[in-house]
Amino acid sequence: MEGINRILADMQRVVSNPRQVVKDYKAKTGKGVVGCFPVYCPEEIVHAAGMLPVGLWGGQTQISQALTIVPSFCCSIMQSNIEYALKGTYDDLDAVIMSSPCDTLKSIPQDWGYVIPHIKVIQIVYPQMRKLDAGIQYLKTEFQRVKNEIEAISGEEISEEALRKSIDIYNEHRQTMRDFCMVARDYPLTITPVIRHLVIKSGFFMEKSEHTRLVSELITELKKHPAEKRAGKKVVLTGITAEPDELLRIFDENGLMVVADDLAQESRQFRTDVPAGADPLLSLAMQWAEVEGCSLAYDPQKQRASMIVNMVKESGADAVVLCMMKFCDPEEFDQPIIIEQLEAAGIPYLCLEIDQQIQSLERDRTRVQSFTEMLASQIG
Amino acid sequence: MSDDKLTSKQYLNELMAQHYQEASEGKKRGELVAWSSSIAPQELCETMGIHVLYPENHAAAIGAKGGALPLIDYAESKGYSADLCSYARINLAYKDVQDCVFENMPLPDLLIICNNICNTLIKWYENLSTQLKIPLICIDVPYNVEYEVTQERIDYIKAQLKEAIRQLEEITGKSFDYDRFHSVMETSIQAAKAWEKAMSYAKYKPSPINGFNIYNYMALMVCMRGRPESVKFFNLLADELEELVQTGQSQYPVEEKYRIMWDGIACWPYLGHNFKTFKSYGINMVGSTYPEAWTILYEAGDLDSMARAYSAIVLNLNLKRNIDMRVKIIEECQCDGAIYHLNRSCKLCDFMHYKISEEVYKRTGVPYVFFDGDQTDPRHFAKAQFETRIQALVEMMEKNKAQSR
Repeated sequence: MEGINRILADMQRVVSNPRQVVKDYKAKTGKGVVGCFPVYCPEEIVHAAGMLPVGLWGGQTQISQALTIVPSFCCSIMQSNIEYALKGTYDDLDAVIMSSPCDTLKSIPQDWGYVIPHIKVIQIVYPQMRKLDAGIQYLKTEFQRVKNEIEAISGEEISEEALRKSIDIYNEHRQTMRDFCMVARDYPLTITPVIRHLVIKSGFFMEKSEHTRLVSELITELKKHPAEKRAGKKVVLTGITAEPDELLRIFDENGLMVVADDLAQESRQFRTDVPAGADPLLSLAMQWAEVEGCSLAYDPQKQRASMIVNMVKESGADAVVLCMMKFCDPEEFDQPIIIEQLEAAGIPYLCLEIDQQIQSLERDRTRVQSFTEMLASQIG
Repeated sequence: MSDDKLTSKQYLNELMAQHYQEASEGKKRGELVAWSSSIAPQELCETMGIHVLYPENHAAAIGAKGGALPLIDYAESKGYSADLCSYARINLAYKDVQDCVFENMPLPDLLIICNNICNTLIKWYENLSTQLKIPLICIDVPYNVEYEVTQERIDYIKAQLKEAIRQLEEITGKSFDYDRFHSVMETSIQAAKAWEKAMSYAKYKPSPINGFNIYNYMALMVCMRGRPESVKFFNLLADELEELVQTGQSQYPVEEKYRIMWDGIACWPYLGHNFKTFKSYGINMVGSTYPEAWTILYEAGDLDSMARAYSAIVLNLNLKRNIDMRVKIIEECQCDGAIYHLNRSCKLCDFMHYKISEEVYKRTGVPYVFFDGDQTDPRHFAKAQFETRIQALVEMMEKNKAQSR
């Protein structure tokens, strides 16, 4: 257990002190740090420049200044990010990259250029017709623009070789994370919902090969122990995020084990590899064509709903928790379709509202409790 | 609103009734009906002879007739969040209920969207496509990060226009008639020019147009932009407006004391209330982004220019161009004030607008106010707040006038 605790402590250290991570990286390498907004970002390009990409997924903070930029019905991750930026929390960043898959994320980067002019914003618009070759060719030009901007910031050209190497490092990381999610199922006492989230989230604040090494070590350490048995129910999480930790602690208190997820902040980040190919920018673009089951990627047949049903079957889960990010249009439109298909498949579900600025989770505690009781009486 | 004597108004009512009737009758005969977003390339379906109906127009009319709430309640009972676009909620409910206070629309055989006005459309129509099990044609027009539409974006859009034609051929089993396409494009351009000309009369001071009538005229641009009837209508309207100018008259029923720019979509359930409030102060809404939104001009037969025109739609432009466009409207229409509708339904109508309003004010010195509302959900609007904000705007406009006297 000592080895496991040491690894988790390393992960906790970066998650709790992202500003220090940024300062340390800059001091140690002399290279820059780039903030990556949710949900998708061609991090490999930043990585290939020797810069550190860090994930900016909001956080719990008192919102005051952000409401002079956007109205209160703006997604809470964006409210937090704007607030942090205005407060100076992001001042050590050399740039931020934002993609624009929804109307909110078309607007925020535009506002940013005016109100936070000291941190360069690079806005990418991913194509929705991503199965068409023209869509992929267009996305490659978007990535080329990102590459040019990153090169201008770092002052160095990104070679094709460096980009290919970064793609390999990221694909290895994706595979390792998928392995971890499978192994985690066997250790529900050690890898609680909070720890599972920590392991995944820490990847946003570490150079990816370093994170891969840590997670691989964790897997090795876990496998030294026999599989753990835990009473309780297994759930699949879907949504943008299942934060804050306090919410995941409520799951834990009620014996809910996370056996798989469809969260934008978690598995959607690593379930699709970048395909191999001679042209690394094109490979990066082609990955987007292969993304499935995400509310932000055009899905006219709503495959996402059946993917969640299949995920439940594959993982042996008892139920699904829909973690609905408040004011997130893409997720809110998917919800009725997902519910319809879960009901048709006879899968119990719980809808929780996710709001980073929420003061008290007592309402969620009660709902999780009664849901768990319902599951216990239904399934036995 | 005012003035029932206008022939253009009678013609408009006739055309709108004809629009819904043709589709209903066509559907009964087994002809194809499409549902489309409001600024999609209608030229494609028009060429193919497919009836096209516009859920946004339909939802707005339901809202204006006070029939939104039962449908909104139904959508929410199906799991749709109250924070989602109310046009979408009304239409997704209508798909099931198929009854409303306005004309009924037949269910579609196919769907066509262009996300040049929002990405909400994509999610909304994905649901229609999934639940009705019908094909969805999507023309994805990437948001313009840059001031101008780049060639990379044009190339991508153009390829999709070709792909949409291929899909339509597959759905209809007919080949696409490029000669007819050319003539539909020509008609559409004529309609856009006629619309632009008629709308330009709002620039006269005093304006011969009652700004709220633009909401009615707009319906025709949404629904029949590719038809010769639209060209005829807007030419007729322009003639009437010219005559009003010549004789010193106006559709606006009282003396025009203040000229304002309205930013955003109308508050359909409260159109009457909003107009009455304006009229009580002599405020005429002479400026809005609507005239430009449907002035879709390109070279007939040139897909590059068509792609560019469909991309450079106000809601798809970057912040700087949004600012410039509003400064131009305020200057050209000689506005004394601006009113920004903080529309709960439309995040693209809101999330850049604090900055837009500040910058526009810096450049024009024209006072502005915001009010909270919604395009069709009546629950997000308060008459008292609207009236107080308008009163505040009038005081600021009056102060400016006094200073310049």
